[in-house]
Amino acid sequence: MDLVVEGRKAFAYTAAHALDAKKPTMVFIHGAGLDHSLFGLQSRYFGYHGWNVLAVDLPGHGRSAGPPVASIGGMADWLFLLLDSLKIQKANLVGHSMGSLISVECAARQPARVERIALIGVAYPMKVTEVFLDAARRNDPAAYDMETIWCHAPQVPLGGNPNPGMWMYGDALARLRRLEPGVLYNDLKACNDYQLAGNVGCPALFVLGKRDVMTPPKAAVDLQKKIAGSKSVLVPLSGHSLMAEAPDATLDALIGFFS
Amino acid sequence: MAGPKYPGFDTLALHAGQSPDPATGSRAVPVYQTTSYVFRDTEHAASLFNMERAGHVYSRISNPTVAVLEERIAALEGGVGAIATASGQAALHLAVATLMGAGSHIVASGALYGGSHNLLGYTLKRFGIETSFVNGRDLGDWKRAVRENTRLLFGETLGNPGIDVLNIPAIAEIAHAAKLPLLVDATFTTPYLMKPFELGADLLYHSATKFLGGHGVAIGGVLVDSGRFDWEASGKFETLTAPYAGFHNMDFEEESGTRAFLLRARREGLRDFGACMAPMTAFQILQGVETLHLRMPRHVENTRKVVAFLSSHSSVEKVLYPELPSHPDHELCRKLLPNGAGAVFSFDIRGGRAAGKAFIESLRVFSHLANVGDAKSLVIHPATTTHYRMSDEDLRKAGIGPGTIRLSVGLEDAQDLIDDLERALKAASKG
Repeated sequence: MDLVVEGRKAFAYTAAHALDAKKPTMVFIHGAGLDHSLFGLQSRYFGYHGWNVLAVDLPGHGRSAGPPVASIGGMADWLFLLLDSLKIQKANLVGHSMGSLISVECAARQPARVERIALIGVAYPMKVTEVFLDAARRNDPAAYDMETIWCHAPQVPLGGNPNPGMWMYGDALARLRRLEPGVLYNDLKACNDYQLAGNVGCPALFVLGKRDVMTPPKAAVDLQKKIAGSKSVLVPLSGHSLMAEAPDATLDALIGFFS
Repeated sequence: MAGPKYPGFDTLALHAGQSPDPATGSRAVPVYQTTSYVFRDTEHAASLFNMERAGHVYSRISNPTVAVLEERIAALEGGVGAIATASGQAALHLAVATLMGAGSHIVASGALYGGSHNLLGYTLKRFGIETSFVNGRDLGDWKRAVRENTRLLFGETLGNPGIDVLNIPAIAEIAHAAKLPLLVDATFTTPYLMKPFELGADLLYHSATKFLGGHGVAIGGVLVDSGRFDWEASGKFETLTAPYAGFHNMDFEEESGTRAFLLRARREGLRDFGACMAPMTAFQILQGVETLHLRMPRHVENTRKVVAFLSSHSSVEKVLYPELPSHPDHELCRKLLPNGAGAVFSFDIRGGRAAGKAFIESLRVFSHLANVGDAKSLVIHPATTTHYRMSDEDLRKAGIGPGTIRLSVGLEDAQDLIDDLERALKAASKG
């Protein structure tokens, strides 16, 4: 679905369904340098099971026009403007990595509009190594290599993809190569700089990959402590790209939480 | 702190796409000789059919053994994924059928395998897809041939029969300026000798029957997508960017971005045309892929020795191998194929058809047959076999002389190959 947010083209995947005011809404928010299609299987499931689905492309990503938004707070504001443009008052949020920080910030900024949040592959604070930031700042292709390799569990290049015939590294690289220069750095810096100022009171689910080297499960503990009553699912064999590496386990965790 | 590192080619050739079998612990790739897969329940079945969950449904669409081969070749080529097919020809057809329909047009190098030339020049024409064949070395010819309804540029990394080196960077630039993808047949080079995606190609395929398998026991093909071509931005590929009534009104590009081409090729092409690869075939080709990095250097080493021998033989008129300074693409070869120009080449024997016939019949180690890329050395004389109905004049137009011999150099002792050729050349010269 093509939209206009702040005068610029924005895109949200709806799983080939028209929005229905009677259905609850689930918004999927991607991570740094990525786009809506990372949530392909999971967003499609909910779109065909009674939900309005909006898998968004953040500004400067996928089909949404740039420039990218510089801070997590700004991205949260943009998301509310997108919901405003569709006259959607309340939504459930599913974020991955940077998208999980945006979800948290949305829940803190406008608690009345956020029903539940699911945080996939999250850490707080989400500190990015200097070597990664520096490579991204210089638009060095090495930054894409770092994102590709660190975003997957160590066994991924030598193992099988649950999605038959696909090569996860190749897909990640192809996606990153479509980015305009500066977008990955923008996102990584936004993650690195983010500080949660408010409180999160809505129900929250953490979906964490046991083999995640980008945001290891222990790096989520501080955030888990900040959100009272949050639930967690640890996916044994997955790295940071849970939706691709463990699509069924990720979907089952979401179904269990949102049903 | 140093950055992370990708696994090397040799490691990927042995491991990519497979973990030890979770059911049995089997280290080798198991042959999943099965047509279909049990659903956990009706909800699971519906989710698999509707692409809400990953997994296998029916082996025409995907199979666990075939998926290992697909992922491994995608890893070796640096693509987003791959689809294994019943043959290399099926891979070419799948690529074309996924991108276009009647009323479309292809620009292809004239230096093509005969089977590909037939498919493009005759068979697809019957289905409303026309092809303009151009001089692959003439960049102006490529540019001039592009029309409003062109949907694909196509050539072989090393063309038939003159082993023309395709100028992939330059032709990709022409394709991309016209918002079109470049597809290459990479059979003769394999990912060991050339990475077409790094040079600018968007799609590639292999006849896996040849060097990937290397053993001459299985027919198969593999189609690989780089994931780099932006179908939406091109605006020329309705099959990938408009809702498809044949699959829940799916807009493949919107659904999956970098995976759009392969998604449509699998969900429509394999489903409807059905030219899938059998699990045993995938297993057999995987056995070859696991030693590709060991075999290709030896193929090249043997070929260089054979080429050197033939180049200095008095019964040989000329040798067409791109590593020779006399080859028209020598400089391009040095740039694009630093690890070698493969193991298939042709030479012209003095004495025309009769000499060619006598030469072939005197060989003992080289096998006379219609194939290339085997571990065993192969030979064919086009004027008396594949092109025997053509006049000498028509042969010349096709770049084939009456005494042209095509060799595919295998992995035998190089001196045995040279001795065999020497004996046959001597017999041929006696008439």
